[in-house]
Amino acid sequence: MRFGSRTIFKDVTFDVRRGEIFVILGGSGCGKSTLLKALIGLVPLAAGHAWLLGEELAAEDDAARRALLRRIGVMWQSGALFGSMTLAENIELPLEEHTDLPRPAREAVARSKLGLVGLGDAAGRLPAEISGGMAKRAGIARAMALDPPLLFLDEPSAGLDPITSAGLDKLIKDIARDTGTTFVVVTHELQSILAIGDRCIMLDKDAQGMIAEGDPRRLKAESTQPTVRAFFRREAA
Amino acid sequence: MDPSPDEAAAQIEAQEEGGRRVLRASGRIDTEAAARLWPEAMKAAAGAPIAALDLSGLKSIDSAGAVLLLTAAPEAEFQGANEQAAAVLERTRRALGTAPAESAPPPWRPITAIGRATVQRARDAVAGIAFMGEAVVTTLRVLTRPRLLRWSEVLRHLDEVGTRAFPLTLLLGFLIGVILAYQSSIPLRRFGAEVFVPNLVGISLLRELGPLLAGVVLAGRTGSAFAAELGTMTVNEEVDALKIMGVDATAMLVLPRLVAATLAMPVLALLMNVAGLAGMTLIMGTLGYPWASVQNQLQQWLSLQDLFGGLFKAACFGLVIAGIGCRAGLSAGRGPRAVGDAATAAVVGGIVAIVAMDGVFAVLFFRLGI
Repeated sequence: MRFGSRTIFKDVTFDVRRGEIFVILGGSGCGKSTLLKALIGLVPLAAGHAWLLGEELAAEDDAARRALLRRIGVMWQSGALFGSMTLAENIELPLEEHTDLPRPAREAVARSKLGLVGLGDAAGRLPAEISGGMAKRAGIARAMALDPPLLFLDEPSAGLDPITSAGLDKLIKDIARDTGTTFVVVTHELQSILAIGDRCIMLDKDAQGMIAEGDPRRLKAESTQPTVRAFFRREAA
Repeated sequence: MDPSPDEAAAQIEAQEEGGRRVLRASGRIDTEAAARLWPEAMKAAAGAPIAALDLSGLKSIDSAGAVLLLTAAPEAEFQGANEQAAAVLERTRRALGTAPAESAPPPWRPITAIGRATVQRARDAVAGIAFMGEAVVTTLRVLTRPRLLRWSEVLRHLDEVGTRAFPLTLLLGFLIGVILAYQSSIPLRRFGAEVFVPNLVGISLLRELGPLLAGVVLAGRTGSAFAAELGTMTVNEEVDALKIMGVDATAMLVLPRLVAATLAMPVLALLMNVAGLAGMTLIMGTLGYPWASVQNQLQQWLSLQDLFGGLFKAACFGLVIAGIGCRAGLSAGRGPRAVGDAATAAVVGGIVAIVAMDGVFAVLFFRLGI
């Protein structure tokens, strides 16, 4: 993965199992969000491949690409809500685009998604009228609008208070358990990583790639790699 | 869309059992099935309330399916649901419980709406006067503390407002001169007075069209840019950060823009005039009038009063356009739409303001005999 002459990371190879909560972690600036964007086809890979649900997004024609995009959901780091639409309308948009649900059904599904993330009474508000934390939660609700089998979350807990963050962690685990949804979560929030992650990879800026892989709780307890130990034990560099 | 084999098995059916209504759901009710079954479910819900949901035949359900069943039978008890369905239904029921349906919007009351809009306009006017007052006070403070005005910022804006607008100004000025020359030669030809085209075009340009059109260029190009730049800073809380750091935001952000626009506008108006006269001269040449005759007419009929009156107006236009642009940006609301609205307000407000000012100047100059 390169930007111009600058290599972001190389030799990053991993697989994500169906139904698991897979965490991509690492320090600030190590390329976590860039890797996520590469996985969903927003930035091109200089070399290698990325397969989602058994298909390669970059290689698909328009119709197949659209069908595949319908089966993934993405929660963006800052929410990326559409400013001219209410929260409910933001969630109704993918439903309107990809389903034949009548309007009352779309409105009800949107309300249920907002209720799930604790924004049930904010359905009629505009993004400019809510806080940053609320925008993140609305972004998660929108990512889940179509009940996709694969969900990407980019820093879901950043900017949230501990109670809301814990509630969000519980929601992710509940959805994964009840529906078998696969989550790929980019984060550096230690508590969330240990609470929800089934497996993880750790990226490192200096190594320009992966320096650890496995169960995060085991990595915390047993890893002898200095950067990994420092990360999990919150030690200064 | 053709249903998949699993989706084709999805069904709902309302029945009477033991004196109460039961809604039986079976198969896999996903989003596509929910869309197909929605009219049927709402029809079933229109009768007597459904007391129970028989889910023993339900293989799986997603959130759209759960919404379908819970909308049709909001108070029903679940019976025979498997673990997956029960979890999804229970979670969706809890979520819908915290998300009430929107009530109908209140009816529009015209008198209230007019009153509200009038009060808002009055508040905006007061805020605008306050902004002007702050700009004046800051300008007076600069006289005692010259370092308040950042000349590096003034030069930066002069480049943006002035030199980068030269090509557009020259092009528009030339075209306006050509158009005016052609259009005025048509009626003057009837009286054999085509020789007076330079008089008409020259006076129109120097006194009116040069400053006015340069002002329109400034409003569209620069007023909107000022509004967008300051609006984005407002949305990103950068203006708040300046205030909390104890930096005079008006002196740093507004004053350099006002000074730059006031200095640049007369130059732009002059360029507009020169380019317009050049265009007119070209057309006069094609009509058989050499440069000497054009020059003669211009020298006889145009005065320095015409020129400097126009340049003075141009400076005033520049000040007002920059002020309106800055004010629009600094009063932007939150969100990306706010920046667009601010830019639009800057352009529209700037153009309306300079046309209104031009009317005032026309009366004033007439009274003063200028």
